[in-house]
Amino acid sequence: MSKAGESEQKKKQKAKEYEAYAKEFTPKPAYVANGIKAFLTGGAICCAAFALQNWLTGSMQLEEKDAKTWVTVTLICTAQLLTGFGLFDSIAKFAGAGCIVPITGFANAMVSPAIEYKKEGPVLGVGAKLFSVAGPVLVCGIFVSIIAGIIQLFR
Amino acid sequence: MEYVNVFITGGAICLIGQILLDATKLTAPRILVIFVVSGAVLHILGWYEPLVEFGASGATVPLPGFGYSLAKGAMEEAAKSGLLGALTGGVSATAAGIAAAVGFGYLMALIFTPRSIR
Repeated sequence: MSKAGESEQKKKQKAKEYEAYAKEFTPKPAYVANGIKAFLTGGAICCAAFALQNWLTGSMQLEEKDAKTWVTVTLICTAQLLTGFGLFDSIAKFAGAGCIVPITGFANAMVSPAIEYKKEGPVLGVGAKLFSVAGPVLVCGIFVSIIAGIIQLFR
Repeated sequence: MEYVNVFITGGAICLIGQILLDATKLTAPRILVIFVVSGAVLHILGWYEPLVEFGASGATVPLPGFGYSLAKGAMEEAAKSGLLGALTGGVSATAAGIAAAVGFGYLMALIFTPRSIR
């Protein structure tokens, strides 16, 4: 019994040693560079959205609420088109969270797995995988929104 | 000047996302969920509205803005038509975005074939 326990401990120690050894060779994420890239891309996407919104309310004379909805729809469709062409991943490689955190990332997270699992058919492949990431986001988001509404009832 | 506010707000929210990606073991889908839920919770607390007033698109385009729209819609409808509003408000406020993402996304996935990162 004691022998088995000993070898178990040795194994654990070896695993720890290996972990420390492997860590030496794992590149550390470039926190500052990644942060700057994310900040700039994210800011740029939001500014483009704002410019589009201003054009819609100005030249196209839409109401602000409708203009905002059109901006969201445009961003989603653009991101999904870029995902289809395989360009979104190239941008995300540079921008990181800069294009994942805006609504574009949500749109990409829907189409990307759906294309990947296309072979499984239009219903259980594309149809199901469209929601592999969007599903959890919508479930949690809608759940919290219902709670928000109920809280409002008691205010 | 407005554009500077938009840029700073949007950039800062994305920067938080990048830090979460790099410094923690959270995967992208979890971060998306965290952002949407936190946007909704911040709106319940009344802290997201000032950010939207300051940053406009900078606060509404990132995912917390999606959570904010959900919570805002639900709360506005709940105030108008009670419990039924609490159920309908969130989804109807974001319906255009969700439907566009589903409809256009399905179309894109049917048209395009998988390809590797260039």
